Amino acid sequence: MPEEFNLETYNADPLTEDVSDAATEAAPKTYAPLDAAAESQADLSAEMKALGDAYAQALRNGAPAEIQPRLDYAPYRSSVLRHPTKDLHHADPETIELHSPAFGHMDVHALEADLTIQHGGEPLGERIVVSGRVLDGDGRPVAGQLVEIWQANSAGRYIHKRDQHPAPLDPNFTGVGRCITGADGSYSFTTIKPGAYPWKNHLNAWRPAHIHFSLFGQEFTQRIVTQMYFPGDQLFPLDPIYQSIVDRDARDRLVATYNHEQTQPEWALAYNWDIVLTGSKRTWTENEALGAEGDDHE
Amino acid sequence: MSNPTKLIPTPGQTVGPFYGYALPYAKDRELLAPGSPGSIRLQGTVYDGAGHPIPDAILEIWQADADGKVPNRTGSLVRDGYTFTGFGRSAVGNTGVFTFTTVNPGPTEEGAAPFIAVAVFARGLMNRLFTRIYLPEDEAALAADPLLRSLDPERRRTLIARRDADGGLTWDIRLQGEGETVFLDFEGAGPEGASK
Repeated sequence: MPEEFNLETYNADPLTEDVSDAATEAAPKTYAPLDAAAESQADLSAEMKALGDAYAQALRNGAPAEIQPRLDYAPYRSSVLRHPTKDLHHADPETIELHSPAFGHMDVHALEADLTIQHGGEPLGERIVVSGRVLDGDGRPVAGQLVEIWQANSAGRYIHKRDQHPAPLDPNFTGVGRCITGADGSYSFTTIKPGAYPWKNHLNAWRPAHIHFSLFGQEFTQRIVTQMYFPGDQLFPLDPIYQSIVDRDARDRLVATYNHEQTQPEWALAYNWDIVLTGSKRTWTENEALGAEGDDHE
Repeated sequence: MSNPTKLIPTPGQTVGPFYGYALPYAKDRELLAPGSPGSIRLQGTVYDGAGHPIPDAILEIWQADADGKVPNRTGSLVRDGYTFTGFGRSAVGNTGVFTFTTVNPGPTEEGAAPFIAVAVFARGLMNRLFTRIYLPEDEAALAADPLLRSLDPERRRTLIARRDADGGLTWDIRLQGEGETVFLDFEGAGPEGASK
């Protein structure tokens, strides 16, 4: 279980350094004054549009679709010094990379999948259930594997000391969950819909509401961390992190679907989101192909 | 499996700045207890393209045990102090330094060069990066390693750890620029390869 939230733990966070694009000056209590030095959304939108247009032109000229974010995507300013400039080097995965760490129910308690029951009271916000399946690139369920999530609260605030924007913390919401996928690759989290989150990439920069997802496959090469978004968010075209995936179809793969059939009356809205990892590079044993349970490997 | 359905993978996204209350966990970097027989320290610093340490990166390692056996044991998140699961996670500190307590992995096959598989995540890094940490000792095995052989000497060096006087390993990551670490693409020249 994530630790019970208290201010002492919160302030004991080891990550205390200054962050250039999430400056740690005293928390403003009101709307920050306009900063003439900061770039405007219009500047950033123009940059993103130019990159998007160039990609569309390349597609028309026969370039393959780009299904992952660009590592080099300058509109996300923090990526400028943090992307490799050399091409990723092709490697054939070897023994260890063709297997994955094993997680099981000794690692994760079933209650960790409910982010609304981690404290003494009910968190504020719109209760939601996010569920789906984790599949590999061959369409096989990823069974018995670890899914980790984290998110802002309904006001768009993270329990993290570097998040200093003037939205309230919720003493009944930490925003961290885990689960182990079922034999069919299924996962399900009960949580609160996160709010949009302001950041300082540029002036008036807001992240679309999102939930961070961390996923393991059956091979280490399938490991990903990503973000799930909610349908119809007006911030999509404005957000450099979402737009770093220049391909529209690829971006859409990060957006959950609202499911009214699964929505529970007087209780919670339901969203579905399936996650596809890369294809397997290993020859599977019969047991693996049938779906391992995750526990008791030995 | 005959005729598998090929699905297009879900894109990755940056781990962002706020993983610190979610991904780290107790003893996450201790694949075995510090000070236990055979344990070594694996440490290094993550640098950006300006040569500055990155204070908000998080690394994962995944490796064989000392005999070269690939672990298949649960218990990486709730460690019992005895089971070697082969998996560890270490957020860097203020100075960009990560630390693991682990063992030297053995060769997984006769004559293979032992290495530790690594996944790197950071704020500002759009997608995770894979790389490897090779042990420096077995020069014949290193010379025969298919990946290392495909690299020029300058780049090859970025994947080989230094052996410390105390028996530990030091290995730094440079995300960009001079001495840029070799990062790996396991998907080949398909669309996945076009993620740069």
